[in-house]
Amino acid sequence: MNEPVIELLGLTVRFGRRDVLKRLTGRFESRSIGLLGPNGAGKTTLIHTLLGFHAPSAGTAKLLGREIRGETRWIRRHIGYMPENEAFIAGMTAVRLVRMMAELSGLPPKAALERAHEALFYVGLGEARYRTVESFSLGMKQQVKLAQAIVHGPQLLFLDEPTNGLDPPHRQRMIRLVNEIRESGTITLVLSSHLLRDVEECCEDVLVLRDGHLAAACNLEEERRANKRLIELEALGDRSGFEADLLELGCEIATHGNGRLKTVLPEEVGVRDLYRIAARHDVRLRRVDFKRDSLEDIFLRAMEGDHGGL
Amino acid sequence: MAVYERAYRGYAGPVTPTWSRFLIIPRYAYQRVLASRVFVAFLCLCFVFPLGAAAFIYVAHNLDKLAELGLAIDATSLINIGGVHGLGFLRVQAALLGFVLAMIVAPTLISADMRNNGLPLYLSRPFSRLEYMAGKFSVLAILLSAITWVPGLVLFAMQSYLAGREWLLDNWRLGAGLLAGSLIWIVAISLVSLAVSAFVRLKILARASLFGIFFMAGGVADAFNGMSDTVWGDLVSLGALGNAVWSSLLGIETESTIPAAGAWAALIVVSSFCAGLLYWRIRAYEVVSS
Repeated sequence: MNEPVIELLGLTVRFGRRDVLKRLTGRFESRSIGLLGPNGAGKTTLIHTLLGFHAPSAGTAKLLGREIRGETRWIRRHIGYMPENEAFIAGMTAVRLVRMMAELSGLPPKAALERAHEALFYVGLGEARYRTVESFSLGMKQQVKLAQAIVHGPQLLFLDEPTNGLDPPHRQRMIRLVNEIRESGTITLVLSSHLLRDVEECCEDVLVLRDGHLAAACNLEEERRANKRLIELEALGDRSGFEADLLELGCEIATHGNGRLKTVLPEEVGVRDLYRIAARHDVRLRRVDFKRDSLEDIFLRAMEGDHGGL
Repeated sequence: MAVYERAYRGYAGPVTPTWSRFLIIPRYAYQRVLASRVFVAFLCLCFVFPLGAAAFIYVAHNLDKLAELGLAIDATSLINIGGVHGLGFLRVQAALLGFVLAMIVAPTLISADMRNNGLPLYLSRPFSRLEYMAGKFSVLAILLSAITWVPGLVLFAMQSYLAGREWLLDNWRLGAGLLAGSLIWIVAISLVSLAVSAFVRLKILARASLFGIFFMAGGVADAFNGMSDTVWGDLVSLGALGNAVWSSLLGIETESTIPAAGAWAALIVVSSFCAGLLYWRIRAYEVVSS
């Protein structure tokens, strides 16, 4: 079994008398993990807790195999964090800001300067790197935040709402950058967002938080593969023999009237078999659709489900 | 992530020792602070008094050479250097110029970070709140040292050299008092000004608040003393507290001020309270009251 990137061990965080994160448990091993949930679900609190900003009130968690309670410094040396809100130091140029952050992460001044330039070129701010950050547009400020998060070459990168407030072209650019970083193969991403599309485009694993609970956790690729076996079809004619043969083959069937039915095919049954059986029973198939269970479906199911489903 | 490749790569090079990282903050802060011509002019002004004092010491020990140049000065007009001069030095360099310097510099250190939510950038790195505070504190401590105990000890050394061993043995307390008095004052005003800057995000308001704390509090203390016919109003005046502590360190008898022990205790309490406030305020996240 691979070493999990994030391991939650009954993690509970309490602010005052309110539990903000409630006994979160799970192991996540993929290279890109999406953190979904409505506003106030606890996404940012979870990231802050993993970064060591909040102390767990019960349970604990491990990042890259290290305990968050006792090895905060090691963890912070190996992670990068792009905060959700605007974050910069007034009066500093982009290159000075990114360089200083690299030095605070432990890089010697010369290496920090070199990598600050590289990081700013990489995120697309090469020409603007000598401008003060407050003079940047929102999209450029997001790019600076990304540059400071990757400048020291972290193993794990936390991106908290990286496309917040971006217009479509800037959003596309940010998503492309995030995917490029992920595909470099040297870094693991944790992307928190309330935008399903961002997570769908960048992540393999998804954690859905609701009201401080882990409401769902799944691997998107596995979900998609499983969904390839779910077929919606519309059949005309006497379907009783057709349905009986499908059941005999081990298919699960749900009928919806007007000739529409949903079926889940076993591994050994293909679509071609459906047409063959339909022809045998003189049933005409008017429509055959693979039903793809989108992330939205997963998210909505998680929002409707019971607390602590995992 | 090389510029020409435009591809992400990790970092596997050497890293700096953890203990030294708080010094990154003063390095960047000085580049910024010294970029201001007004501040540089003020910093130069801070050395006028020590230079004048050095000239005074030199002249006091070289009257014969002045006489050779035809500039005869009555030796009785040159007073013997002692604790009173040390107190005067601290009042000018530490109490007045030191506080103005802290008032100018401190708000640029923390307010700028807090105003734009910069703290998560620092604290998500292998860099603790204490190291952040130490870094910001050291910016002020180094600048204040440069205008207080460093020139003070240079003057003391110069006077000792020119006046001889006997004077040094008689007046060692002056040197020790200059050093200790400057250090306690540096700690107190640095922590007060950083704590105020952590709560007031606008630089101008932070400076106005510091001005109020130092100068207005002195007025309040005088008014209270006048009304109550006691000296305990001085407890709210940083200047009066410093004065009482310095007098005790330099061995000068002063009347109409609070006892030295009370002043020491008050300065320690104020410094500890400000350090606590600062530690509480320096957080990587914003607390939103519901």
